[in-house]
This record gives sequence, C-alpha cells and structure tokens, in this order.
Amino acid sequence: MTTDQVTGFPLEGKLQPPMANGEVLFEEAWQSRVFAMTILLYQDGLFSWNEFQDELIEVIGRWDAVNDETRQYEYYDHFSEALNTLLNKKNIVASGELGKRTDEYASRPHGHDH
Amino acid sequence: MSNSDASVRAEALESLLIDKGLIEADQIDQTIALYNERVGPMNGARVVAKAWKNADYRKKLLEDGSKAIEEFGFVGGQIDKLVVIENTASVHNVVVCTLCSCYPWAVLGLPPRWYKDPAYRSRVVREPRKVLEEMGTVVPEDKLVRVWDSSAEIRYMILPELPPGWSDLSEADLAERVSRDSMIGVEILGAV
Repeated sequence: MTTDQVTGFPLEGKLQPPMANGEVLFEEAWQSRVFAMTILLYQDGLFSWNEFQDELIEVIGRWDAVNDETRQYEYYDHFSEALNTLLNKKNIVASGELGKRTDEYASRPHGHDH
Repeated sequence: MSNSDASVRAEALESLLIDKGLIEADQIDQTIALYNERVGPMNGARVVAKAWKNADYRKKLLEDGSKAIEEFGFVGGQIDKLVVIENTASVHNVVVCTLCSCYPWAVLGLPPRWYKDPAYRSRVVREPRKVLEEMGTVVPEDKLVRVWDSSAEIRYMILPELPPGWSDLSEADLAERVSRDSMIGVEILGAV
C-alpha cells in the first residue's frame, strides 16, 4: 500500500491518484504544459477564469456548429486555441509573435533536445 | 492540428511567456505534478464518506458546498462555486457542461475525456436515461432523472445515495468505495 507523503492518506483502489483507473490525465505532454500555463496565468491575474471560459466556449461552439458529435474531438486543441486567442486579445502574446517563434522552433534540425 | 505541430506551438508559447517574465518553467512542472498527484476524485470521495457518516456535515455540504469542503484544505481548482446535489430515493441526478468542460476540479480533479466530448455534452441533456444505460447504469423507471448543466459560475458534484449494506463501514472504507463516476452521476454505487 502506498501512502501520500503529504497527507498520510492511503492510496489504494479508488483513492489512488487521479487517473489510476487506467485513464490518462493528459494524452500528450504538450497538453499538460498548455493546461499548466493557463492555470498559472490565471492565478497571476492576467485574465479572469470567465474570460478564458468564454473563449473556450466560443472555440468549441464553432467546432460544434460544423461537426457532427461523432467526429473525433480534440479537446486540448480547442483549449490551446482559446488560450492563444485570449493572450492575443489581451496583448500578452501577439499571435504574430507566437507564429514567428513557432516557425523558428519548427525549423530546428531533427533530434533537437526538447 | 497534429500533435507535433501542437507540441511545437506549446513550446514556443512557453518560451515566450518565460522570456516576458510571466512564468517560470519550474512553476509549470509543479502545477502539472499537482494535478497528477493531489487533485483528483479521492478528494470528493472523502467528502461523500463524511457526509454519509455525519448528518450535520451532510446538511452543511448541501447548503454550501464550497464552504463545507474548506476544512479538507484541498489544493487546486478553487476557481468555482461548488454545489452538491443529493441523489435520493425518487431522484437521480447527473452532471454535464453542455458548452465546454466545466467540472468541480477541487473535488474530482480534471474531467475524463468522455465528459468533454460533444456526444455526452449534447446527448445527456436530450436522453439522459439512454446515455446512462449505454454507460452501464440503469436508473429505475420510478425515479426521476435530473440533469445539471455546469457553468463557469457553478460546478456541480453529486452526493450518491448510500448503498444498502454499506452503513456499517468506516468512513475510510466508504471513501475507498466512492467512484469518480458516481459523483458525476453516471454510475450508481452498490448496484448489482
């Protein structure tokens, strides 16, 4: 039986950390980083959670409007689009700036250590 | 967007935010670790078990969920008002966020993929019994099914009914038996 070092609470069965039932919390590492960045920026007061929520709802709404509910749905694509849109709107990270840095990184030679 | 494109973009964003002095890489790692290890349905399970054992706490929980969970000191997800809805002999409740993915992180951690998928979001409000049945949960015909649509302002968590035969278990033993899905309302505990 493992024990949570902080709370001393046993971690067997259903009480194991979040997705010990086999589900994954984040399918890709980049998703966890985008999620964490959003939380941190919100906590630092760069935007309210409602503002982020509104963007997310809009992005998802646009997808829902043209896609049937059985289509492959990539939640974190919408999540990161919402974040990037909001950051651009608030002049925190302009979309041009993000595009430029993304291109620079994309053109690094293969085998670059991420 | 392909995963490698999305990954490069995320990396670019991170580097810009760091360059601008808005975040530090360490903070990102710590936040991820927090959500992987400390923020999850084991928190909600403890709340449910306590409410089952303590009628006074149950009352407080149903009156003001956010206030009632303060004593547990859960970390992460304190950005919402928590409202706890009890399942009863006559009503079975289930939670959704039709517009995006609103979910009571403080007690349940991050939502599972199916909760965020368009199929669940639109179908559970239209045909809840059918969706629940497809997920393996049959709600008795004589029970009403009520669907609660979460929002940025209010996040819902279900207080499941205490299954018959469980009332003699200790609070800790009860907590181990409370599943994440029963607190969303898509599973009924103790069902044979």
